[in-house]
Amino acid sequence: MTTETLARRPFWRLAWLHARLGFVETVRIPIAVIGNLAFPALALLFFVVPQRAVAENPLYATAAVVQLGVFAVMSTCMFSFGAGVAEDRQMPFDPFVRTLPAGPLPRLTGRVLNGVGWSYVSVVPIVLVGWLLTAAALTWAQAGWSVLLVLAAAVPFVLLGLAIGYRLSSKAAIAVVQAIVFPLAFAGGLFMPPEAFPAWLDALSRALPTRALRDLTVQMVTGVEAYALALPVLLGWTFVFGLLAVLAYRADEGRRFR
Amino acid sequence: MTAGPPVVEVRGVRRTFGAVVALDDVSLDVHPGELVGLLGPNGAGKSTLLSLVSGLRRPDAGTVRLLGGDPRDARSRIGLGTTPQETGLPPTLRVGEVVDLVAGHYPDPMTRGEALARFGLEDLVRRQTGGLSGGQKRRLAVALALVGRPRLVLLDEPTTGLDVEARHVLWQALRDYHADGATVLLTSHYLEEVEALAQRVVVIDRGRVLADGSLRSVLDLVGLRRVLLTLPAGVADGDELAALPGAHSLAGRVASPAGDRVTVLASDADAFVRALVERGTPFRDLEVRGASLEEAFLALTAAQGERPDDEGRAGAGAPAATQEVTA
Repeated sequence: MTTETLARRPFWRLAWLHARLGFVETVRIPIAVIGNLAFPALALLFFVVPQRAVAENPLYATAAVVQLGVFAVMSTCMFSFGAGVAEDRQMPFDPFVRTLPAGPLPRLTGRVLNGVGWSYVSVVPIVLVGWLLTAAALTWAQAGWSVLLVLAAAVPFVLLGLAIGYRLSSKAAIAVVQAIVFPLAFAGGLFMPPEAFPAWLDALSRALPTRALRDLTVQMVTGVEAYALALPVLLGWTFVFGLLAVLAYRADEGRRFR
Repeated sequence: MTAGPPVVEVRGVRRTFGAVVALDDVSLDVHPGELVGLLGPNGAGKSTLLSLVSGLRRPDAGTVRLLGGDPRDARSRIGLGTTPQETGLPPTLRVGEVVDLVAGHYPDPMTRGEALARFGLEDLVRRQTGGLSGGQKRRLAVALALVGRPRLVLLDEPTTGLDVEARHVLWQALRDYHADGATVLLTSHYLEEVEALAQRVVVIDRGRVLADGSLRSVLDLVGLRRVLLTLPAGVADGDELAALPGAHSLAGRVASPAGDRVTVLASDADAFVRALVERGTPFRDLEVRGASLEEAFLALTAAQGERPDDEGRAGAGAPAATQEVTA
């Protein structure tokens, strides 16, 4: 109790602690994620499964499943684990946790880990529908790649959601996330293939993280090479979103109370 | 009082929220081993001050040091324990999980069992916090402040809304922890609470430190009596009344058809009334009441206005009632 030589706790232990308890909290109110889990699987069921030309073509069906999978991960991450912080921030427990001896990184990392975990859960319904009701199929190698791709999709979008959630109030954050998720998904070719885009949209689309992800996943499934900048674009956005999230966390002073 | 560098060092701090000045040129040192009560009405700036010390907010001007460092730096907060507001526990987490979450941030925390036993909560480890009673939540909140064995504990209104018994359990736990060598800074708007715990009292209102002294000296000040009487118009002006033995200050004089209704704050109401009688002052409708905490604060504010003083403190205008604590 006399000197200040006692060190902070190791980063990964703290991040894991936040991730674990965040997961437990979500499990106990599962309705929070169920909507995000159900919507992409329903979209697959209603829009892809009835179109037998697509559903019975292994290549098309697999591509459709994978694109909706990316969308599922993206919306789960942005809504539940990104914009969700705006809601948590309004609880008095949040300012309390900020007084504990830890900077922003363990908490943010905990949230990202939690988001990644739930992202794996969120693709399960789509994979099931795709596997049972369409001709979609993955080799073991492709399945291994998709584990990595879920991670690559989850991290940037949790970070973007956090950047929004730490800047705005809960209601505003949800509105902003909605205004971002759908245009970003559409312009990234997650609902409609970019081959159908006009040239200007196709060009613009290549600068988006969603397009980069979509092309990388399609490459994994079909072997059609993604454009050369896809990976740098994705990594660049991940870095930018991470920076925005940390800045937003630091600028946050919680609710105003006296 | 233990010697050593201050645990909390606040210098000339100002913080505003829009047009509202929450803190205005506040300076305050808390030394190792002190148990300090921050007393003031709601909205006085107490919570804002704690939020600066715990690194939640930045001052607009002035400096805040916590255990020798910047409170915004996580390393400075290793020796700090705070409490969430009682309503703020994550409702789905179990008591043991919340304790683990907080304990995990500290290098040498108490075990779950020890932290909970100090507050009689050991049987509730498996309960979700949403299912606790108000008193249990409050005890858990204070347990969270202590679980990391911090050198400094900040408590914001620790027992608001508790019944008498629960309050005494909490007070005892805080006294025990303080006796182990920790420094405690707590806010309250209950005089009783500050009286039960604190050795030193800092009175704060409208963002300013009004008094800073030993518990005894502030209690004397707050122990003021309100003496009301009616005098014929023109009899005994205010200065005369305030100069009588036992009087502290004139708090009001309202003209009415029956005469002037005068309110005098008295540190010794008996002596004051005796003096009135000896002087043969023709008063009527005498009433003596205890002054409220608010009135005591007002008396302090008024006293402060009479004479310029250093560092924005009210040592000067209230003789024998306050003293600077610097050691």
